[in-house]
Amino acid sequence: MSKPSFVYVIYIAAPPEKVWQALTDPEMTEKYWFGFRVAAAGKPGDYMTARSPAGKEVHRDVILESDPPRRLSYAWQPLYDEMRSERPSRVTFELEPFKEQTKLTIVHDEFDEGSKIFGLISKGWPAVLSSMKSFLEIGRGLQPSWEGEVAKRAAEAAR
Amino acid sequence: MIDKAKFKPKTVYVIYITATPKEVWRALTDPAFTKQYFFGFAIDVEPKIGGAFRLLTPDGRVHVRGEVVDWEPPRRFASTWTVEGMKDFAELPECLVSYDIEPSGEAVKLTMMESHSWEVPEAILSGGRSGWPAILSSLKSVLETGKPVAMKMEGPPPDMIKAVQKALMEKAWLKDR
Repeated sequence: MSKPSFVYVIYIAAPPEKVWQALTDPEMTEKYWFGFRVAAAGKPGDYMTARSPAGKEVHRDVILESDPPRRLSYAWQPLYDEMRSERPSRVTFELEPFKEQTKLTIVHDEFDEGSKIFGLISKGWPAVLSSMKSFLEIGRGLQPSWEGEVAKRAAEAAR
Repeated sequence: MIDKAKFKPKTVYVIYITATPKEVWRALTDPAFTKQYFFGFAIDVEPKIGGAFRLLTPDGRVHVRGEVVDWEPPRRFASTWTVEGMKDFAELPECLVSYDIEPSGEAVKLTMMESHSWEVPEAILSGGRSGWPAILSSLKSVLETGKPVAMKMEGPPPDMIKAVQKALMEKAWLKDR
Protein backbone atom coordinates (compact mmCIF):
# COMPACT_ATOMS: atom_id res chain seq x y z
CA MET A 1 0.00 0.00 0.00
CA SER A 2 1.42 3.39 -0.91
CA LYS A 3 1.10 6.58 1.15
CA PRO A 4 -2.02 8.44 0.01
CA SER A 5 -2.03 12.11 -0.91
CA PHE A 6 -4.93 14.38 -1.86
CA VAL A 7 -4.76 17.15 -4.47
CA TYR A 8 -7.59 19.55 -5.33
CA VAL A 9 -7.63 22.68 -7.49
CA ILE A 10 -10.32 25.37 -7.59
CA TYR A 11 -10.48 28.72 -9.42
CA ILE A 12 -11.95 31.65 -7.51
CA ALA A 13 -13.04 35.04 -8.87
CA ALA A 14 -11.24 36.95 -6.08
CA PRO A 15 -7.63 38.13 -5.74
CA PRO A 16 -5.12 36.05 -3.72
CA GLU A 17 -5.21 38.58 -0.83
CA LYS A 18 -8.94 37.86 -0.32
CA VAL A 19 -8.45 34.10 -0.60
CA TRP A 20 -5.59 34.31 1.93
CA GLN A 21 -7.79 36.18 4.36
CA ALA A 22 -10.57 33.63 3.87
CA LEU A 23 -8.15 30.82 4.72
CA THR A 24 -6.62 32.39 7.82
CA ASP A 25 -9.16 34.70 9.54
CA PRO A 26 -11.65 32.97 11.90
CA GLU A 27 -14.22 35.72 11.32
CA MET A 28 -14.22 34.68 7.65
CA THR A 29 -13.97 30.89 8.03
CA GLU A 30 -16.95 30.89 10.39
CA LYS A 31 -19.10 32.06 7.49
CA TYR A 32 -18.24 29.30 5.01
CA TRP A 33 -16.35 26.52 6.85
CA PHE A 34 -19.63 25.20 8.26
CA GLY A 35 -19.31 27.31 11.38
CA PHE A 36 -15.71 26.40 12.27
CA ARG A 37 -13.38 29.21 13.37
CA VAL A 38 -9.95 28.60 11.84
CA ALA A 39 -7.11 30.95 12.78
CA ALA A 40 -3.98 30.52 10.67
CA ALA A 41 -2.52 34.00 10.25
CA GLY A 42 0.59 33.33 12.37
CA LYS A 43 4.21 32.87 11.39
CA PRO A 44 5.99 29.54 10.95
CA GLY A 45 6.26 27.97 14.39
CA ASP A 46 3.01 29.57 15.57
CA TYR A 47 -0.18 27.54 15.68
CA MET A 48 -3.18 27.11 13.44
CA THR A 49 -6.17 26.64 15.72
CA ALA A 50 -9.70 25.60 14.87
CA ARG A 51 -12.83 25.68 17.00
CA SER A 52 -16.07 23.86 16.33
CA PRO A 53 -19.36 25.80 16.21
CA ALA A 54 -19.81 24.70 19.85
CA GLY A 55 -16.49 26.35 20.78
CA LYS A 56 -14.46 23.19 21.30
CA GLU A 57 -10.82 23.29 20.15
CA VAL A 58 -10.51 20.71 17.37
CA HIS A 59 -7.08 21.66 15.97
CA ARG A 60 -3.88 23.05 17.43
CA ASP A 61 -1.33 22.44 14.69
CA VAL A 62 2.01 24.05 13.97
CA ILE A 63 2.28 26.41 10.97
CA LEU A 64 5.09 25.13 8.74
CA GLU A 65 5.22 27.82 6.05
CA SER A 66 3.54 31.19 5.64
CA ASP A 67 4.23 33.44 2.66
CA PRO A 68 1.17 35.68 2.30
CA PRO A 69 -0.63 35.66 -0.09
CA ARG A 70 1.10 32.85 -1.96
CA ARG A 71 1.78 29.80 0.18
CA LEU A 72 0.53 28.44 3.51
CA SER A 73 1.32 25.09 5.08
CA TYR A 74 0.38 23.60 8.43
CA ALA A 75 0.34 20.26 10.17
CA TRP A 76 -3.00 18.49 10.51
CA GLN A 77 -3.89 16.36 13.50
CA PRO A 78 -7.55 16.51 14.54
CA LEU A 79 -7.98 16.49 18.33
CA TYR A 80 -10.87 14.06 18.32
CA ASP A 81 -10.37 10.96 20.43
CA GLU A 82 -10.11 8.30 17.75
CA MET A 83 -7.97 10.38 15.39
CA ARG A 84 -5.24 11.36 17.81
CA SER A 85 -3.55 8.03 17.23
CA GLU A 86 -2.51 9.06 13.70
CA ARG A 87 0.63 11.11 13.28
CA PRO A 88 0.11 14.65 11.92
CA SER A 89 -0.33 14.94 8.16
CA ARG A 90 0.44 18.14 6.21
CA VAL A 91 -1.78 20.66 4.42
CA THR A 92 -0.29 23.04 1.84
CA PHE A 93 -2.18 25.79 0.00
CA GLU A 94 -0.76 27.52 -3.08
CA LEU A 95 -2.40 30.67 -4.41
CA GLU A 96 -1.59 31.75 -7.96
CA PRO A 97 -2.94 35.06 -9.29
CA PHE A 98 -4.45 35.28 -12.76
CA LYS A 99 -6.34 38.36 -14.00
CA GLU A 100 -7.41 39.48 -10.49
CA GLN A 101 -8.50 35.91 -9.79
CA THR A 102 -6.91 32.99 -7.97
CA LYS A 103 -6.01 29.43 -8.79
CA LEU A 104 -6.01 27.70 -5.40
CA THR A 105 -4.26 24.33 -5.09
CA ILE A 106 -4.42 22.27 -1.91
CA VAL A 107 -2.13 19.31 -1.35
CA HIS A 108 -2.84 17.24 1.76
CA ASP A 109 -0.13 14.61 2.19
CA GLU A 110 2.26 12.91 4.62
CA PHE A 111 -0.39 10.45 5.72
CA ASP A 112 0.43 7.10 7.26
CA GLU A 113 -0.42 4.07 5.16
CA GLY A 114 -4.05 3.09 5.69
CA SER A 115 -4.91 6.46 7.27
CA LYS A 116 -8.56 6.83 8.32
CA ILE A 117 -8.28 10.61 8.27
CA PHE A 118 -7.40 10.51 4.56
CA GLY A 119 -10.90 9.27 3.66
CA LEU A 120 -12.49 12.06 5.70
CA ILE A 121 -10.45 14.91 4.26
CA SER A 122 -10.98 13.64 0.69
CA LYS A 123 -14.71 14.23 1.18
CA GLY A 124 -14.28 17.34 3.29
CA TRP A 125 -12.00 19.62 1.26
CA PRO A 126 -14.18 19.79 -1.91
CA ALA A 127 -17.15 20.84 0.27
CA VAL A 128 -15.15 23.42 2.27
CA LEU A 129 -13.44 24.94 -0.77
CA SER A 130 -16.63 24.96 -2.89
CA SER A 131 -18.25 26.83 0.00
CA MET A 132 -15.32 29.27 0.23
CA LYS A 133 -15.59 30.00 -3.50
CA SER A 134 -19.31 30.77 -3.12
CA PHE A 135 -18.62 32.92 -0.06
CA LEU A 136 -16.03 35.00 -1.92
CA GLU A 137 -18.05 35.29 -5.14
CA ILE A 138 -21.64 35.71 -3.93
CA GLY A 139 -21.19 36.58 -0.27
CA ARG A 140 -22.56 33.39 1.24
CA GLY A 141 -21.19 29.92 1.74
CA LEU A 142 -22.89 26.65 0.89
CA GLN A 143 -25.12 24.69 3.14
CA PRO A 144 -24.69 21.16 1.88
CA SER A 145 -26.14 18.46 4.05
CA TRP A 146 -23.43 16.87 6.13
CA GLU A 147 -22.48 13.82 4.24
CA GLY A 148 -21.71 10.60 6.06
CA GLU A 149 -18.34 10.93 7.69
CA VAL A 150 -18.29 14.70 7.52
CA ALA A 151 -21.51 14.79 9.55
CA LYS A 152 -20.13 12.34 12.06
CA ARG A 153 -16.99 14.37 12.47
CA ALA A 154 -18.93 17.59 13.04
CA ALA A 155 -21.13 15.92 15.63
CA GLU A 156 -18.10 14.58 17.48
CA ALA A 157 -16.37 17.94 17.35
CA ALA A 158 -19.40 19.68 18.76
CA ARG A 159 -19.68 17.34 21.74
CA MET B 1 -21.97 0.53 -27.27
CA ILE B 2 -18.90 0.26 -25.05
CA ASP B 3 -18.48 -2.23 -22.20
CA LYS B 4 -18.69 0.17 -19.24
CA ALA B 5 -17.18 -2.38 -16.85
CA LYS B 6 -13.84 -2.09 -18.66
CA PHE B 7 -13.52 1.62 -17.84
CA LYS B 8 -11.93 2.60 -14.53
CA PRO B 9 -12.06 6.15 -13.08
CA LYS B 10 -8.63 7.81 -13.28
CA THR B 11 -9.58 11.42 -12.55
CA VAL B 12 -12.42 12.37 -10.21
CA TYR B 13 -13.47 15.95 -9.44
CA VAL B 14 -16.20 16.93 -6.98
CA ILE B 15 -17.66 20.42 -6.66
CA TYR B 16 -20.70 21.74 -4.79
CA ILE B 17 -22.93 24.28 -6.50
CA THR B 18 -25.75 26.50 -5.22
CA ALA B 19 -28.31 25.49 -7.83
CA THR B 20 -30.96 22.87 -8.48
CA PRO B 21 -30.15 19.54 -10.18
CA LYS B 22 -32.14 20.72 -13.22
CA GLU B 23 -30.04 23.88 -13.50
CA VAL B 24 -26.81 21.88 -13.30
CA TRP B 25 -28.14 19.42 -15.88
CA ARG B 26 -28.93 22.32 -18.21
CA ALA B 27 -25.49 23.85 -17.71
CA LEU B 28 -23.91 20.53 -18.74
CA THR B 29 -26.10 19.82 -21.78
CA ASP B 30 -27.16 23.20 -23.27
CA PRO B 31 -24.73 24.70 -25.83
CA ALA B 32 -25.52 28.28 -24.76
CA PHE B 33 -24.23 27.33 -21.29
CA THR B 34 -21.23 25.17 -22.21
CA LYS B 35 -19.89 27.95 -24.46
CA GLN B 36 -19.60 30.18 -21.39
CA TYR B 37 -17.41 27.90 -19.25
CA PHE B 38 -15.98 25.12 -21.47
CA PHE B 39 -13.24 26.96 -23.40
CA GLY B 40 -15.95 28.33 -25.68
CA PHE B 41 -16.99 24.84 -26.84
CA ALA B 42 -20.64 24.20 -27.66
CA ILE B 43 -22.09 20.79 -26.81
CA ASP B 44 -24.17 19.09 -29.49
CA VAL B 45 -25.86 16.01 -28.12
CA GLU B 46 -28.67 13.71 -29.18
CA PRO B 47 -30.67 13.33 -25.96
CA LYS B 48 -30.80 9.52 -25.74
CA ILE B 49 -28.58 6.55 -24.97
CA GLY B 50 -26.62 5.70 -28.11
CA GLY B 51 -27.06 9.26 -29.42
CA ALA B 52 -24.23 11.26 -30.94
CA PHE B 53 -22.19 13.57 -28.70
CA ARG B 54 -19.91 16.35 -29.95
CA LEU B 55 -18.08 19.37 -28.59
CA LEU B 56 -17.69 22.07 -31.24
CA THR B 57 -15.09 24.83 -31.31
CA PRO B 58 -16.29 28.45 -31.58
CA ASP B 59 -15.74 28.25 -35.38
CA GLY B 60 -17.78 25.06 -35.64
CA ARG B 61 -15.10 22.37 -35.97
CA VAL B 62 -15.51 19.05 -34.13
CA HIS B 63 -13.15 18.98 -31.13
CA VAL B 64 -14.55 15.94 -29.31
CA ARG B 65 -16.74 13.21 -30.71
CA GLY B 66 -18.44 10.39 -28.84
CA GLU B 67 -21.57 8.46 -28.02
CA VAL B 68 -24.07 8.97 -25.20
CA VAL B 69 -23.73 6.11 -22.70
CA ASP B 70 -26.04 7.30 -19.89
CA TRP B 71 -28.82 9.88 -20.23
CA GLU B 72 -30.87 10.23 -17.03
CA PRO B 73 -31.95 13.87 -16.59
CA PRO B 74 -31.28 15.44 -14.13
CA ARG B 75 -29.11 12.80 -12.41
CA ARG B 76 -26.49 11.31 -14.72
CA PHE B 77 -24.97 12.05 -18.11
CA ALA B 78 -22.12 9.99 -19.54
CA SER B 79 -20.57 9.80 -22.97
CA THR B 80 -17.49 8.45 -24.66
CA TRP B 81 -14.83 10.93 -25.78
CA THR B 82 -12.45 10.91 -28.69
CA VAL B 83 -10.48 14.14 -29.00
CA GLU B 84 -10.49 14.64 -32.77
CA GLY B 85 -9.38 18.25 -32.68
CA MET B 86 -5.77 17.58 -31.66
CA LYS B 87 -3.14 15.84 -33.72
CA ASP B 88 -2.36 12.28 -32.50
CA PHE B 89 -4.95 12.41 -29.69
CA ALA B 90 -7.65 11.17 -32.08
CA GLU B 91 -5.87 7.81 -32.37
CA LEU B 92 -5.97 7.08 -28.64
CA PRO B 93 -8.70 4.76 -27.34
CA GLU B 94 -11.90 6.58 -26.37
CA CYS B 95 -12.39 7.49 -22.74
CA LEU B 96 -15.62 7.79 -20.76
CA VAL B 97 -16.67 11.06 -19.12
CA SER B 98 -19.54 10.94 -16.64
CA TYR B 99 -21.33 13.55 -14.54
CA ASP B 100 -23.37 12.60 -11.47
CA ILE B 101 -25.69 15.20 -9.98
CA GLU B 102 -26.91 14.69 -6.39
CA PRO B 103 -28.89 17.06 -4.17
CA SER B 104 -26.90 18.00 -1.05
CA GLY B 105 -28.81 20.20 1.34
CA GLU B 106 -29.60 23.42 -0.51
CA ALA B 107 -26.79 22.73 -2.94
CA VAL B 108 -25.90 20.15 -5.57
CA LYS B 109 -22.92 17.82 -5.48
CA LEU B 110 -21.50 17.40 -8.98
CA THR B 111 -19.06 14.52 -9.52
CA MET B 112 -17.10 14.28 -12.77
CA MET B 113 -15.23 11.09 -13.57
CA GLU B 114 -12.85 10.53 -16.46
CA SER B 115 -12.52 6.75 -16.94
CA HIS B 116 -10.20 4.75 -19.16
CA SER B 117 -10.12 1.18 -20.44
CA TRP B 118 -6.30 0.90 -20.34
CA GLU B 119 -3.38 1.82 -18.09
CA VAL B 120 -3.10 5.44 -19.25
CA PRO B 121 0.25 7.06 -18.41
CA GLU B 122 0.04 9.82 -15.78
CA ALA B 123 1.40 12.31 -18.31
CA ILE B 124 -1.64 11.78 -20.55
CA LEU B 125 -4.00 12.18 -17.59
CA SER B 126 -2.31 15.47 -16.67
CA GLY B 127 -4.17 17.39 -19.39
CA GLY B 128 -7.57 16.53 -17.94
CA ARG B 129 -6.33 17.02 -14.41
CA SER B 130 -5.43 20.62 -15.18
CA GLY B 131 -8.50 21.25 -17.37
CA TRP B 132 -11.38 19.84 -15.32
CA PRO B 133 -10.88 22.04 -12.22
CA ALA B 134 -10.90 25.17 -14.43
CA ILE B 135 -13.96 24.06 -16.43
CA LEU B 136 -16.01 22.99 -13.43
CA SER B 137 -14.99 25.98 -11.25
CA SER B 138 -16.19 28.16 -14.10
CA LEU B 139 -19.45 26.20 -14.46
CA LYS B 140 -20.12 26.85 -10.76
CA SER B 141 -19.46 30.57 -11.18
CA VAL B 142 -21.72 30.79 -14.26
CA LEU B 143 -24.59 29.23 -12.30
CA GLU B 144 -24.03 31.22 -9.10
CA THR B 145 -22.94 34.61 -10.42
CA GLY B 146 -23.80 34.58 -14.14
CA LYS B 147 -20.12 35.05 -15.00
CA PRO B 148 -17.37 32.51 -15.77
CA VAL B 149 -13.95 32.66 -14.10
CA ALA B 150 -11.02 33.68 -16.30
CA MET B 151 -9.00 30.76 -17.58
CA LYS B 152 -5.57 30.53 -19.08
CA MET B 153 -5.91 29.06 -22.54
CA GLU B 154 -3.02 26.65 -22.52
CA GLY B 155 -2.39 23.89 -24.98
CA PRO B 156 -1.59 20.40 -23.72
CA PRO B 157 1.66 20.22 -21.68
CA PRO B 158 4.72 19.13 -23.76
CA ASP B 159 5.12 15.99 -21.62
CA MET B 160 1.55 15.04 -22.44
CA ILE B 161 2.13 15.31 -26.18
CA LYS B 162 5.27 13.18 -25.89
CA ALA B 163 3.39 10.58 -23.83
CA VAL B 164 0.60 10.43 -26.42
CA GLN B 165 3.10 9.88 -29.24
CA LYS B 166 4.88 7.17 -27.24
CA ALA B 167 1.58 5.42 -26.44
CA LEU B 168 0.65 5.47 -30.13
CA MET B 169 4.01 3.95 -31.15
CA GLU B 170 3.71 1.20 -28.58
CA LYS B 171 -0.06 0.77 -28.94
CA ALA B 172 0.11 0.57 -25.15
CA TRP B 173 -3.61 -0.17 -24.71
CA LEU B 174 -3.35 -3.49 -26.56
CA LYS B 175 -1.20 -4.88 -23.74
CA ASP B 176 -4.11 -4.62 -21.33
CA ARG B 177 -6.56 -6.51 -23.50
